[in-house]
Amino acid sequence: MTIEVRNLVKKFGSFAALDGVDLKVDNGELLALLGPSGSGKTTLLRIIAGLDWPDSGEVSFNGEDALAQGARERHVGFVFQHYALFRHMTVFENVAFGLRVQPRAVRKEEAAIRARVKELLDLVQLDWLADRYPSQLSGGQRQRIALARALAIEPRILLLDEPFGALDAKVRKELRRWLRSLHHEINVTSIFVTHDQEEALEVANRVVVMDKGRIEQIGSPDDVYESPATAFVHGFIGESIELPVQIANGVVQLGDRPLQLAADGLAPGASKLFVRRHDMLVGPPGSGAFEGAVQHVRNFGPVQRAEVALSGGETIEIDAPRDRELHVGDRIGLEPRRYRIFAG
Amino acid sequence: MGLTLSWLSIIILIPLAGLFLKSLELSPEQFWNILSSRRTLNALRVSFGLAFAAACVNLVMGSIIVWALVRYRFPGRRIFDAIVDVPFALPTAVAGVALTALFAEKGWLGAPLAALGIKVAFTPVGIFVAMIFIGIPFVVRTVQPVLQDLDPEIEEAAGSLGASRWQTISRVILPSLGPALLTGLALAFARAVGEYGSVIFIAGNLPNVSEIAPLLIVIRLSEFRYADATAIAVVMLVVSFVVIFAVNRLQRWAQSRIPAR
Repeated sequence: MTIEVRNLVKKFGSFAALDGVDLKVDNGELLALLGPSGSGKTTLLRIIAGLDWPDSGEVSFNGEDALAQGARERHVGFVFQHYALFRHMTVFENVAFGLRVQPRAVRKEEAAIRARVKELLDLVQLDWLADRYPSQLSGGQRQRIALARALAIEPRILLLDEPFGALDAKVRKELRRWLRSLHHEINVTSIFVTHDQEEALEVANRVVVMDKGRIEQIGSPDDVYESPATAFVHGFIGESIELPVQIANGVVQLGDRPLQLAADGLAPGASKLFVRRHDMLVGPPGSGAFEGAVQHVRNFGPVQRAEVALSGGETIEIDAPRDRELHVGDRIGLEPRRYRIFAG
Repeated sequence: MGLTLSWLSIIILIPLAGLFLKSLELSPEQFWNILSSRRTLNALRVSFGLAFAAACVNLVMGSIIVWALVRYRFPGRRIFDAIVDVPFALPTAVAGVALTALFAEKGWLGAPLAALGIKVAFTPVGIFVAMIFIGIPFVVRTVQPVLQDLDPEIEEAAGSLGASRWQTISRVILPSLGPALLTGLALAFARAVGEYGSVIFIAGNLPNVSEIAPLLIVIRLSEFRYADATAIAVVMLVVSFVVIFAVNRLQRWAQSRIPAR
């Protein structure tokens, strides 16, 4: 199933949750919608599911207009952040729900329903919980049941709204890996919403980065990390040092100091310089484009994270390898191995 | 624990025991005669029958009111929400007088109804109306918190799984609200059975027709027929107890299926 979204606009009062969104999702893809809260990613997901309606724009599944159908007709599996399990039903009945409410003409026989539910519970590896109630399960188990329930109707598309958002870090990591292998197994076109970049980069085939109701970049996890298309993407994905710079006469300036950085092809005016924390190479004072004093050092496994006060007064955080120990008070030179400058 | 028990005993158990002891002064035969007299039977029938009917009406209407109060945002919602409590707070005699004035043949509602040939005040219908009036907040206030707690997402989940609106209501919402609805029904019923103040104003109090059991107790007391009064009281007590007990069991059963989160 392919999904195509054209020029989608949705306003809540004067707030534009979606401000002209275009998106194509290929058959069998596992796509992540990544953005900060309020970026419109959940609204986009809910509109695709038929739980919300756009003010204007088009949504089509395999070329046919999806907006003409309600959530019930779209045959879309939806997984909610807070599971939305039916708490008066057992796990088994929760998963069976979508099969039991089918119109009589197409409804499966009881034995077939039982077999299908059993199959799904096996798929999510929770068949031993069939007779429990949702309240007796852990968060991770509940979310897997919610997924099994959504898959019961053999959805054309699977949509997951912050599926691991309510879980603790360890369970989240396990479920991420599990979701990816599950998707590999069932291969249904899937979109999941997340504000966690690590989750998006690790699980998805393609990542859509959103901000303020617009799509900032669409690309593979490598693309959005290695070659961010906009200042927002660079700042949002990966940990970056962001410095306000001026471009004048082909020179990059930080405050009133010229930096030894190439300014080829950059428009003059106020710009932003982005450097990944681990791309700042430490050298002796006087080497490199920046100079500063170490103010604070913490060790994180293989790296040491240092807070450095630049000579112009700006404070930045860098991740340096442990081979050269940094100490508070050290004066160091810093050379960006790679950097990006965006206008604005 | 000890304090709770002694307080409960002083306030509830001892008076009830006293009631039973008093009724023991009657021989079983006398007891039976009092109860099987036509007037007593009719009073009990009027009380329990109408109270049950009124509780059922309250269950349906109360659910609709709760739904509107919880799920919709409309101007004046808070005021409506507060108005629900009026029957709690209003002295029952005031309610009785107000309802009687309203439904009397010349009253605002009574006049048009009389034109249609429906008499409310001074008939069993009047009792029914009064019982609905005093019972409604019990349903609303019991169900409201449970519905507020019910995540609208579960309706969306049901919808996206292919359930129709009706299937969502009957298979998801009502079962989730079930225990609260039953409790509301029981409380409204218990309150309506015991209601005295508002009912006697509007009832007309014709023996065998529109005479409620609590009134009959008062009448017997004023005639110094204490044993008769206690006999009727014991019956009301037992029936009320059975109802409350049954609902309690039902709730337990329902809760064992839906353990608290």
